[in-house]
This record gives sequence, C-alpha cells and structure tokens, in this order.
Amino acid sequence: MSEPSSLVLALRAVWAIVLRDLRIALRRKSDSTAALFFFLIVASLFPIGVGPEPQLLRVIAPGIVWVAALLASMLSLGRVFADDYSDGTLEQLLLSAHPLPLLLSGKILAHWLSSGLLLSVIAPVLALQFDLSLAATFELVLTLLLGTPLLSLVGAIGAALTVGVRGASVLVSILVLPLYVPVLIFGVLAIDASNAGISTAAQLSLLAAMLAAGLFLAPLAAAAALRISIE
Amino acid sequence: MLANINWFYFAAPQRFYALAGRIIAPLYILAAVLAAAGLVIGLGIAPTDAQQGEAYRIIFIHVPAAWMSMVIYVAMAFWSGVGLAFNARLALMLARALAPTGALMTLIALVSGSLWGKPTWGTYWVWDARLTSELILLFLYLGFMTLHAAIEDERRADRAAALIALVGVVNVPIIYFSVKWWNTLHQSASITLTRAPTIATPMLLGMMIMALAFWAYAIAVVLARTRLIILERDAESSWVRSLWSAS
Amino acid sequence: MNWASWSEFLAMGGQGRFVWGAFGFALAVVVAELVQLRLRRANLERAAVAPGEVVDETKK
Repeated sequence: MSEPSSLVLALRAVWAIVLRDLRIALRRKSDSTAALFFFLIVASLFPIGVGPEPQLLRVIAPGIVWVAALLASMLSLGRVFADDYSDGTLEQLLLSAHPLPLLLSGKILAHWLSSGLLLSVIAPVLALQFDLSLAATFELVLTLLLGTPLLSLVGAIGAALTVGVRGASVLVSILVLPLYVPVLIFGVLAIDASNAGISTAAQLSLLAAMLAAGLFLAPLAAAAALRISIE
Repeated sequence: MLANINWFYFAAPQRFYALAGRIIAPLYILAAVLAAAGLVIGLGIAPTDAQQGEAYRIIFIHVPAAWMSMVIYVAMAFWSGVGLAFNARLALMLARALAPTGALMTLIALVSGSLWGKPTWGTYWVWDARLTSELILLFLYLGFMTLHAAIEDERRADRAAALIALVGVVNVPIIYFSVKWWNTLHQSASITLTRAPTIATPMLLGMMIMALAFWAYAIAVVLARTRLIILERDAESSWVRSLWSAS
Repeated sequence: MNWASWSEFLAMGGQGRFVWGAFGFALAVVVAELVQLRLRRANLERAAVAPGEVVDETKK
C-alpha cells in the first residue's frame, strides 16, 4: 500500500479543520443565531426609519438586505481566529507541515457555512417583509450565495491582521468594508437588473469571477497576515 | 556593472536620513515656485469657462490633489511590497510616512470637489464615480493608519499595515470599476463632476504645473516625516544621540 | 490677464466663496501638515535633550 500523497494528506487535514470548526459552531449555536437575528433586526429597522411605503421599500430592499448581510457577516468574523488564538491552536496551524493557505481555506469554508450560508437561506423572510417578487427573491438569494463567501474570504484577511488586537472587531470593519464595495454593488445591481427584466448575466459573472479570484488569493493573503500577526 | 551598485546603500536609516535632509529644502522651494506659476496661469491667464464660469478654476486644486491621492497610495503599496519582500525596515517606515499625506490629499480632493459641485450642480455632494471612489480611497487610508495605530508592536504594525496596503491596491481598480458601473446605471443624465470643460491649453498647462507642485510638496513632506520616524524609532542608537548632542 | 481689478479677482464672478474656499482649504491643510511636522520634531528634541535621562544600557 503506497503512502498517500501529500496533497491527499493536506486535504484530509483541511477536512478535519472544517469539521472541527463546524462542530464548535454547532456547540456555540448562539454565535450564529445572534448574527442571524442581527441581520433580521437591522434590515427591519429600515422600513421603520424610512416609512412603510411599499413602492419605496421594494426599490431599496436589495440594498438594505445586502448591507445588513455585510454587517452581520462582519460581526461574526472575530470567531474565525480569536478562539484558536487564545487556546494555542492557531500556533499549531502555523507549525503544520501542510500549506497554511490551504488550511485557512478550510477555516473560511467553515465560517461561511455557519454565517453567510445561513444568511442567504433566511433572506427570503426579509424579501417577504419588503414585498419583493418571487424572481427578485430568487435573485437576492443567488447573489447572496455568490457574495457571502467573498465576505468570509476577505474578512478572514482582516481577522488575521487583527488577531489579539484590542478593539479588533471595529478595526476589522474599518479595514474590510471598503473592500466589500464591489461585491455590494454587483450583488444589488444584479437584483435591480432582474427586477427591470434585463439580463443579469454580466453582474453574476462578475461576482463569480471575483469569487474565483478570492478563493485563490484570499487564503494566501490571510496566511501571510497570520504569519505577520503571530510570528 | 549593475551588480556592483549597492542598491541597498540608502536602505540604512542613517544614510537615508542624511540624503533626505539635503533634498527636502530644495523640494519645498521647487513646490512653491511651481505653485506660484501654476496659480498665475490658472487664476490669471486661463480664460473663463463658457458653461461653468469661474468656479471651474477649482480643478487647479481638485485634479492635482486627486492625482496625488492615487499616486501616493500606489507608492505606499510599492514600498509596502518592498518592505515585506526584502524585510526592509526603512521601506516600511516610508510607507508609514506616506499615509497621512495621501489621506490629506484625498481630503483636499473631496472638499474641493464638494465646493465645485455646489455652484455647478447645485449640491455639495455628488455621487459620481470619481468622488465616490475618492471617498473609498480615504477609507482605505484611514484603515491603514488605524490598523498601524492599534497594534502595539512596531514591527508587527508596520508589516500588518503593509499587507493591508497591498490588498487595498489590488482592490482599488476593482472598486473604481464597480463604482463606475454603479454610477452609469443609476444616473439618467450622467452627471460627472469631473467632466472637464473643453480644455484650453492654459487650463491644461495650469493643471500640469499644479500637479508637479503637489508632487514636489508631497515628496518633501513625506521625506521629512520619514526622517522623524527614523529619529523616533532609532532614538537609542549612537548616531541619533550624537545628532542631538551636536545641535 | 483676465481681471480688471483686485475686487473682480476676489469676487470670481460671484463664485468667490467656492473658489477661495477650495484654495483656502488646500492651503490650510498644507500649513497644518507642516506645522504638525514641526511640532513633532520639537517634541523629539525636547525628549532627547531631557535632563536627568536615565538610560538602561542593558535594554536593546
């Protein structure tokens, strides 16, 4: 029986990390549910703020839901590295023989599964509140599914840079929100386009392209950031 | 022959300090002279614009400041890259010194843009692609400086900020492109603040000269700040001590 | 020259407060930056020449 290749070993390690982080997230359900409630509450504040006019709400709904999703994602970024930092697991990751970017993509995947994915799934409830059409709701969920992984990916870079820093959560927001602007823009434009009946292909393919680039580059940057923070 | 040049000669803070010290004053003078010439041309010689009247003259401040805000960010990212790749302290200090000047340039661009918008378009803020991108650029600068300030360990702070500068510079074109897209889709009449009036030669000349003036000023100020950072960080070293005791 | 008199120059065709506001702000920023650098240097000098400075030679 030959030795499994290093790639297989690395992938097994990544899978182990994903499972571990998910298990921890399940144990601490309150983290994920708190972010979900935040998402719902923030999005619901806007109609209270701008008035209940259905026409207006339908127009601003995509922007509001998206911004609320951005904020809710950012709240949960602290989780990615903070706990592992305090119990020493993070240093173990750095010492591992497996490529750090690969291991981090596992953590990022687990983070998305316990935050962005949940937000995307619960978004239809908000769509209902804003009286969005079925097509618009579908587009909303689709753009969130494409965009929220990017939030986790880019957010991980910010989280890695601020590990152990006082006031890290606000700092991460300042660092990462400007970088989220393209995702926000194309996500909302896609929904607007679908509302207007025009093709959403351009916006969606741009989102997909950004996601592809992010999947490759963000773990590299996050790994570099982590080494800067810890070593 | 290229291999014989010690490219890292001025990477030593002490030598950089001396070199920078000699070129700062001439640069200030150059900046002042260029600014004087630029203002004479821009305010005195360039003709009144048919559509925008005299308010268009703000471009002689707005455009150079906007250009500098972008040039400085790229320079910041460049030195951040050099600093991280070669583990060069001085490069990182230079990057750190560039940030406040870049942020101030962005601020000048935003305020002058706002003051241009009011007489021209009726509002103090216009969400056109250029101004919105400038605003996000300001946030990127502020993020850099805040991150650096929040981390206590100097070395970690330098390197973390350097990384965020690199991540930012990669994103700036993407952000600009997405904001442009957003803007053209939302504006029925494409209100571009920076759609310049038909550029007459004195106008273009005035802008170019002011841009050079801003550039000379920025280099001087950044070098001066880098020298101060060197003095602060290497305060315990013998050459800094002898510098102080000599004065 | 475009301007017949200084008062015309200052008025800038009625848009003086915008034009001079912008130029003035830029000037103010430049002055502020230069002053801030001066102050920073002055603080350094004061700290370096502080009398009775105890130096721990074992710390690096």
